[in-house]
Amino acid sequence: MDLGLNSDQEAIRGVFSSFFTDRAGPTRVRAAHPLGFDQDGWDRLGETGAPGMGVSTQAGGGGASLSDLVVVAEEAGAHIAPLPLVDHMVTSRLLATFDAAGDDVVSGAAVAGLALRPAVGQVVRSVPSGAVAEVLVALEDDRLVAVRGGAPLEALPNHADLPLAHRSLHGGEVVAAGPEAVAAYARAVDEWRTLTGSLLVGAARTAVDLGVAYVTDRHQFGRPVGSFQAVQHGLADLPGLCDGARLLVAKAAWAGDRPGDGIVDVGDNEITDFAVLAAMALIFAGQAAVRATDRSLHYHGGYGFAEEYDIQLYYRKTRGWAQANGDPARECGRLADLLLSDQGTA
Amino acid sequence: MDFTLSDQATAFRSEVKALLTNHLTDDMVDAMHESGTFNAPILNAALADAGLLAGAVPGYGNRDPVELYVLFNELEKAGAPYDGLAVTMLVAGVVHALGTEFHRTEVLEKLLTGRHYCCLGYSEPDHGSDVAAVTTRAIPEGEGWVIDGQKMWTTMAHESDWVLLLTRTNPDVEKHRGLTMFLVPMDTPGIEVQPVATMATERTNATFYDGVRVDDRWRIGEVDGGWSVMGVALALERGVMGGTNPAVPLLRHVREWAEKAPSPDGGAMIEDPLLRERLARTAIANQVGQLLTLRAAWVAATGGLPGVEGSMAKIYASETYQEVVSWFQQMAGAEGLLGFGADEAAADGWIDYHALHAPVTTIYGGTTEINRNNIAERHLGLPRVR
Repeated sequence: MDLGLNSDQEAIRGVFSSFFTDRAGPTRVRAAHPLGFDQDGWDRLGETGAPGMGVSTQAGGGGASLSDLVVVAEEAGAHIAPLPLVDHMVTSRLLATFDAAGDDVVSGAAVAGLALRPAVGQVVRSVPSGAVAEVLVALEDDRLVAVRGGAPLEALPNHADLPLAHRSLHGGEVVAAGPEAVAAYARAVDEWRTLTGSLLVGAARTAVDLGVAYVTDRHQFGRPVGSFQAVQHGLADLPGLCDGARLLVAKAAWAGDRPGDGIVDVGDNEITDFAVLAAMALIFAGQAAVRATDRSLHYHGGYGFAEEYDIQLYYRKTRGWAQANGDPARECGRLADLLLSDQGTA
Repeated sequence: MDFTLSDQATAFRSEVKALLTNHLTDDMVDAMHESGTFNAPILNAALADAGLLAGAVPGYGNRDPVELYVLFNELEKAGAPYDGLAVTMLVAGVVHALGTEFHRTEVLEKLLTGRHYCCLGYSEPDHGSDVAAVTTRAIPEGEGWVIDGQKMWTTMAHESDWVLLLTRTNPDVEKHRGLTMFLVPMDTPGIEVQPVATMATERTNATFYDGVRVDDRWRIGEVDGGWSVMGVALALERGVMGGTNPAVPLLRHVREWAEKAPSPDGGAMIEDPLLRERLARTAIANQVGQLLTLRAAWVAATGGLPGVEGSMAKIYASETYQEVVSWFQQMAGAEGLLGFGADEAAADGWIDYHALHAPVTTIYGGTTEINRNNIAERHLGLPRVR
């Protein structure tokens, strides 16, 4: 057991912490409005190799594990990067499974995106990277379909400034079909859940930092707001939620990197199954990030509601990531199906 | 990160699980709720005889310190009586870290037999969270000390061989600097134990100390250095020794109930979408509670003192447990109010039991507020306000 990062991952964290500090953050998020995409930042990100980092080396990628990608995603989330990195990573890995990730996808020259909901009448709705995905991948019945070109570059106006768009699958090419295609797609969505969970952990972490910095600086009644116990206690609940979410996301990635099926024994709290842990990771990281941004914004007082202050950007972005894949309560229903599908207690 | 337990910890867990399967009986659990004493001597002795207690003492021998977490997590998940053992192993940890050769021979070796117990003498009638303000006096006399005062919440005192007793030795200095810790044999003349009943099934005690004479060799740590002993004891207590997975047996009980109980809307409760959502949320909370606890254990295993990490695990697990319990009690309706032995009681009375037990979990072992202070000051770097 080792609950720290390994030395490679420490190095990865250092590189991407610097990268996103320079190339993301509130200024660039504001500049990327309303599309929610920073093309220049994406081009620079391509130079780091991040877009194809999770693709196998045989397919020309970096061969990184899901656990490594989690480290990158947390740093992207900490700076609410207006870059569809998670969507691109999971889609490129999915395409590579069927030898269908072209050089432009592996390099990031073409943004790849994933429709999280199956197609209905050849249309996929509210695709998180739909406005910018040059290669869009979706599941239509049991066929994995890739559509090239036609990104509208205009997002549906939305709460979180995500490059959300509906997309047509017309003219798409079938990458794979049958149970193998369905399973690979399900795996990709679970990877999306895991990495989006990591984005949320990063954003929650920064939201706490912003709140602590604000209440340390801001004085009322002749003393720092952060010296009032009511404020301290509201903030003190948050690090445990952030750390719990980070551990759960990391455990999901660890399970995702291991071959074979894991264990699901809810009665003994023994769970090593990737699909179950990925569902848990997104639900819980979403809950943690929503709580952290709620409280941090609140302790900013009126300024937290002002456009000028950064916390509102974190508040909005985390809601986008937490529910782009649907209502978390419904995700709990789906999770219950996974957890309770054994023989029961009888 | 790697979530695989070491081979040694995995083997240890298998042994604990097997031992629980063989020795933990329904009668034992019933007896614990009837007597109010959450201690199972047969189980403790079996754990000791199998050599499993030594592995749970932090830093003892060459065992993997994660085994402490494994032991109590398995006991808690199984619904076994473990309060007596938890305090005992905590004191064993303190003795191992800070005790003298005399303490090791006289106390630690005996504790590891699973046949001797300890209780904690920290809180007093007027001093709970502000524990550094205790007034139980220890006054030097000859080669030893004379102790007078009263302690509250000395759970297990009626079965204990020793009390880890926090006393005031210097009332003229700042409160944290005038404390001294003793390990006092409970059969010393002048000690009286009175039971205190609680709203749940567990019994605790008040203990009275009237001219209790102890030799100086029973002192742990320096004279007036009791607060640093408390620091070690509290870090051991929070997070790692059970109390962070109470909803694991609850979830089992609720599931078993829901598979049989009819829903007011027809069908079984287990088909109810809200119940399923809440079972899923409980399963998530159980994983998070386990991971935060494992992290505290890992910090300890890698040479740290997991004070803040333990506070995070304690707050999260206890606050969430209370929320979860209230969901299920309400969903069980009137039958969720029925206790052990009542006809038609939801989950044979387990839901009622958990609802009665839950309030104490955000209080004992450090209240949520004390733990929040700890995190605010030591993790977030906010100013100390007391």
